[in-house]
Amino acid sequence: MSTTDPRTGNFPLAAESREAIEGALRENRALTPTERVIASVEAYTAEEAAERTLANEMLADTRPGVRQPLLLNLGPNHPSTHGVLRLIVELDGEVVREVTPVIGYLHTGIEKQCENKTWWQGVTLVTRMDYLAPFANIKAYTMSVEKLLQMEVPPRAEWIRVLLAEMNRVASHLVWLGTSGLELGAMSVFFYCYRERDELLDLFEMVSGERMNHRYFQVGGCAQDLPPGFIERTRKFVKEMPKRIDEYEALLTGNPIWKDRMVGIGVLPADQLLALGVTGPTLRAAGVPHDLRKVAPYSGYEHFQFEVPTATEGDCYARYLVRVREMRESLKIIEQVLDGLPEGPTIADDRKVVLPPREELAYSMEALIHHFKLVSEGFMVPAGEAYAPIESPRGEMGCYVVSDGGPKPHRVHMRDPSFVNLQATAPLCKGTYLADLIAIVATLDPVMGGVDR
Amino acid sequence: MSDVSVQIETATPGAVVAEFDHVGELTVEVQKERIVEACRALRDGPSQFLLLSDITCADFPDEPGRFRLAYQLTSLTNGGRVRLRAWAGGLDPEIESVTSVWPGANWMEREVYDQFGVRFAGHPDLCRILNPLDWDGHPLRRDYPIGGEEVQFTDAV
Repeated sequence: MSTTDPRTGNFPLAAESREAIEGALRENRALTPTERVIASVEAYTAEEAAERTLANEMLADTRPGVRQPLLLNLGPNHPSTHGVLRLIVELDGEVVREVTPVIGYLHTGIEKQCENKTWWQGVTLVTRMDYLAPFANIKAYTMSVEKLLQMEVPPRAEWIRVLLAEMNRVASHLVWLGTSGLELGAMSVFFYCYRERDELLDLFEMVSGERMNHRYFQVGGCAQDLPPGFIERTRKFVKEMPKRIDEYEALLTGNPIWKDRMVGIGVLPADQLLALGVTGPTLRAAGVPHDLRKVAPYSGYEHFQFEVPTATEGDCYARYLVRVREMRESLKIIEQVLDGLPEGPTIADDRKVVLPPREELAYSMEALIHHFKLVSEGFMVPAGEAYAPIESPRGEMGCYVVSDGGPKPHRVHMRDPSFVNLQATAPLCKGTYLADLIAIVATLDPVMGGVDR
Repeated sequence: MSDVSVQIETATPGAVVAEFDHVGELTVEVQKERIVEACRALRDGPSQFLLLSDITCADFPDEPGRFRLAYQLTSLTNGGRVRLRAWAGGLDPEIESVTSVWPGANWMEREVYDQFGVRFAGHPDLCRILNPLDWDGHPLRRDYPIGGEEVQFTDAV
């Protein structure tokens, strides 16, 4: 097998085709379907396209009347695939026969890094997974660690977590709506959505000092109390926002082009979605009212009045409607939190886990020792395993942690909804037009940071 | 014994090795040869664990079984959860794939294969998923070093 193609030099894609073949040869096995597709779409020397690739088999069928299928590579940097998602599409004319998603372009080994950091340092790492729902990432992580520590979190902290998680849900859905609009040609929605999202990011910045990747939730509660002026500004936002959602809906909900692109597109029955592990708005749009905030309430969600929007059609349009209604429901929860926010501490009073209050360091030797030990060595977590699932904007976000009793995790794993939901791409797209694939991927709402971790 | 263990035992006697109830979570350890039967029994049983939330693995180099797989199952009828556990074995770790029970297990098992090198018998598409296809080694094993490895893709810049 030649290593350099004279026409392209060491063009990296061709090299990846060789990787697929050589990886299988090294393990002395046949190519798997995914490897075959990757090898085929990128093979362009005669030797590389030898025998084992799909392209050859397809081109060999030259009977009259048999149309030549086309293997088309979309991505990883295609502008309308929501980040570095790569799809290899087998096309028959304009109709999609098969889709092979190829992921891993944003894989940064966060789970491995967590094993080499202390438990409290892991908080910073996990926020960077699903970068549109950082509060959901930390919530799942801190919840699982608190479970192992069997730690009580003060009510005020839990309410603040709910508040920020719901604001995060709105912000995430706004990004989804804006970018989906862009992908389907409705450009102005993007500017509207980002205007409101920016207000939310400003609020997050008030709380945590960061616009993204907040390190605000800690094991045991929240890093500090809400800053002055935050509640008033959030109230103003919650009052304003329903009118803004009306504006988006005025642009899209009845829009004939929007509906043409979405109604009846990308349908799978609920039982198939469940078998694929799909959760979140995609599952609810197919008629299954599965929302962890209702089914298995955590953090005090049982105190709030809200509905779980569902639809029965299960198409792209239903997923759109469900997400828009979810934003309205989240606003209701935010309002209830603001009205009933309990007083009290925002972090548990456990000196073996939680940093002592800053001012105590000035006069208490004991506090200083605790602070030093917690920062340098970290806190110990009893041995065992725990899995904490929450409802992120995209579905079930779960964190599985294993502790061996030391200051560092033995294993941290994130069950990211984007990763699992993305498996539904192929069955959803089969038999649709290539243009519909863009609408389907858009309404699945995968975030590649969460997929690849 | 919990309802879940009873259901598994009824469907495939002798499959349950142990049962733990820790921090409010039920874990049932099953023999690795029986994992598919156990999963199918729970999916089709009265509490309907229709949703496979997650499959993942943890590496314990000092244990004889070494790779401990964790299957998180969710029931839709009451939101109940159970974790099935099985040891894949230290030398040539292999376990049967549950893709025949839940097609959604496909990518989860590919991830475990990619990161830990546990093979899943009967998997339709067992190749790497997060790392490049010809990657050397399995990064989430405990003996795989962090840092110091050669920087990949330098030929592409």
